[in-house]
Amino acid sequence: MAKISRRQIIRTGLAAGAAFAATRCASSSTTSSAPGTPGNPSASPEVNMGKSKDVTLRLIGTGVSQINDIRDKAIADLGFKFDMRALSTEENNQIAITQPGQYDIFDGEYFSLPLVVPSGNLKPVDTKKIRDFDKIAPFFTTGKFDGAKIEQAQGTSPIKVMYVTGEDSKEFSPTPTDWATLIPFQYNADTLGYRPDLTGKKIESWAELFDPAFKGKTAILDIPSIGIMDAAMVAEAAGLMKFVDKGNMTKEEIDQITDILKQKKQEGQFRAFWKTFDESVNLMTSGEVVLQSMWSPAVTAVKSKGLNCVYGPMKEGYRAWGGGLGLSKNLSGIQLDAAYEYINWILDGWVGAFLGRQGYYSAIPENARKFMKPEEWDFWYEGKPAATDMIDPFGKKLEPKGALRDGGSFKQRMGDVVVWNSTMKEQKYLLQKWNEFIAS
Amino acid sequence: MTRTWKALQPYTLVTPQTLVFLLFLVFPILMILIVSFWDFNGYAMTPAFTLQNYIDIFTSQVSLKTYLNTFKYVILVWFFCLAIAFPVSYFLAFHVKNQKWQIILFLLCTVPFWTSNIIRMISWVPFLGKEGLVNQLLLGLNLVQEPVQWLLFSDFAVVLGMVHLYNFFMIGPIFNSLMRIDRNLITAAEDMGASGFQILKEVILPLASSGIAIGSIFVVTLVMGEFVTVRLMGGGQSASVGKLIATQIGSLQYPLAAANAVILLAVTLILVVGILRVVDIRKEL
Repeated sequence: MAKISRRQIIRTGLAAGAAFAATRCASSSTTSSAPGTPGNPSASPEVNMGKSKDVTLRLIGTGVSQINDIRDKAIADLGFKFDMRALSTEENNQIAITQPGQYDIFDGEYFSLPLVVPSGNLKPVDTKKIRDFDKIAPFFTTGKFDGAKIEQAQGTSPIKVMYVTGEDSKEFSPTPTDWATLIPFQYNADTLGYRPDLTGKKIESWAELFDPAFKGKTAILDIPSIGIMDAAMVAEAAGLMKFVDKGNMTKEEIDQITDILKQKKQEGQFRAFWKTFDESVNLMTSGEVVLQSMWSPAVTAVKSKGLNCVYGPMKEGYRAWGGGLGLSKNLSGIQLDAAYEYINWILDGWVGAFLGRQGYYSAIPENARKFMKPEEWDFWYEGKPAATDMIDPFGKKLEPKGALRDGGSFKQRMGDVVVWNSTMKEQKYLLQKWNEFIAS
Repeated sequence: MTRTWKALQPYTLVTPQTLVFLLFLVFPILMILIVSFWDFNGYAMTPAFTLQNYIDIFTSQVSLKTYLNTFKYVILVWFFCLAIAFPVSYFLAFHVKNQKWQIILFLLCTVPFWTSNIIRMISWVPFLGKEGLVNQLLLGLNLVQEPVQWLLFSDFAVVLGMVHLYNFFMIGPIFNSLMRIDRNLITAAEDMGASGFQILKEVILPLASSGIAIGSIFVVTLVMGEFVTVRLMGGGQSASVGKLIATQIGSLQYPLAAANAVILLAVTLILVVGILRVVDIRKEL
């Protein structure tokens, strides 16, 4: 080091100082001030004339809705561009909460909202700008559904998190307001799937998952917040325990249900736990598992391999989930207008019909009906025998002529929902106990 | 001027590497360390200084059980990797005389790496499953009446999957160290009247120890952080520290996951230091 001259040191020091100062200046100019202050003037109202052609909306969502056909149709109909990212439910929430700058539209599930909304990253949707808002299935907008079971459903029922109290609010409103968190567009009633050729009988109760006859042949989800719901349905149906609210368990209830699960695991009741859609399909098609918690497209995937798989109605009812579109707080000006246009387009029916042919329900069934063939409508929504072969949106045959939809009509299936996917107050504790169960 | 340049040269040379290390290794680890002391309020992490995450981990039965289970995997996988890798390398280094064949056979050992990790693991299912090849064979030969369940989605499957995945990391270094043994030493030992076993024990094993140590470091560190194999081959029913962290990240519990990651890093480093204590790699290289 002694060989470095004094001059050298001074020069290096100066250079370093200059570089440091330069980066400081550069970074200070990019720090953002609050919108509306002189440092960051808020966007003034703009006249939107053909400018939406240049708009690109960035969507994040789960793979269910990030389908290329839908994107292409949206580009053709609306004229602006889309940048879609298909994520897992967990990643979707992570980005929604921690990276608000990365998306314009959040396509997420209602049960994620108790986590996402308090982060303040969503801009409440002005329901007055949603053309057909009044036509949306009533259990979303008012919590009513002809007095069916769903009105009393436990868990993060959409109506509990549908509205916030005001335009800038992060607080849920128990009664309808003009400010919605998500605009629903797809949802379904989930149940157990099984292979009738391997179970040898019709499965009619969630309790069958713990039936010793299926020892080593059942599976549940390894996503704590959904897996625990299915486990709760099973334990309650089997008469092993009771819950005050399955969607918001107390610590004692969580202790009890994990103890039951641990015991069943020790007895060898489960063959596996699955985390992704493909895993559940593989377990079922390979015959490793004959009865398991499942999602409807997974049942379709098993069927398309020529195997019989039933998504049977259980006498205790269904566990439902619902997804919708929310707006990022960063949206403004023509971007925001474009986002509203997109939501209105989603509700218009083409998408509803597209997803309907896979077995999902549309937020506005009557709009979807306009884009479905009468025999498709009768099969998927009315629970009538298929008048022709049922073809999915990608051209694959799903059901032969004469087949019936498992569980019947829209009213029967959605009306019979007893619990929604949930985020509980004791989420952290649940996670700890779930890990304990996996490690046991 | 040229003199000072000469003095600075080595520093200039190490600068890029140092920067890369600082930016992509030291900085992220520091961030994880900092986050591990943060608080979590259900939907976001908040800067704070709390020891709660560490207290939770050290007082929980789950952590202990999970670590013990992970150690079980480490020991089993390490043992089987070594048991397979040493004879394979020995055969390649001492019995295959033709150098061309040596290279071809060595490359053959890398075949499992020609497809992705996930595909390699998924392909075990039709092989080991209830209706898989092995069970069909056993049933066909009337060796068993019921399909054997423990072949898949069990600890056996997890260890099998990891040995399959990581064996090459053991073969590589051991083969390398065996190739560098001076053949005259063996001839000398033979001339002195040593038996084959004595040569193996007194000459080859000590000289191969650096290779074994390097291979062990690879295998131990890889298995300590493993979670994909554990999930897929264990059917989600087996626990490992990596999987525990993955579940916590999936549920947005970043500070808790970070605290677990810090502890895992510390434990893994202790294991590596332990290996280096036993074998002085530097001396052998």
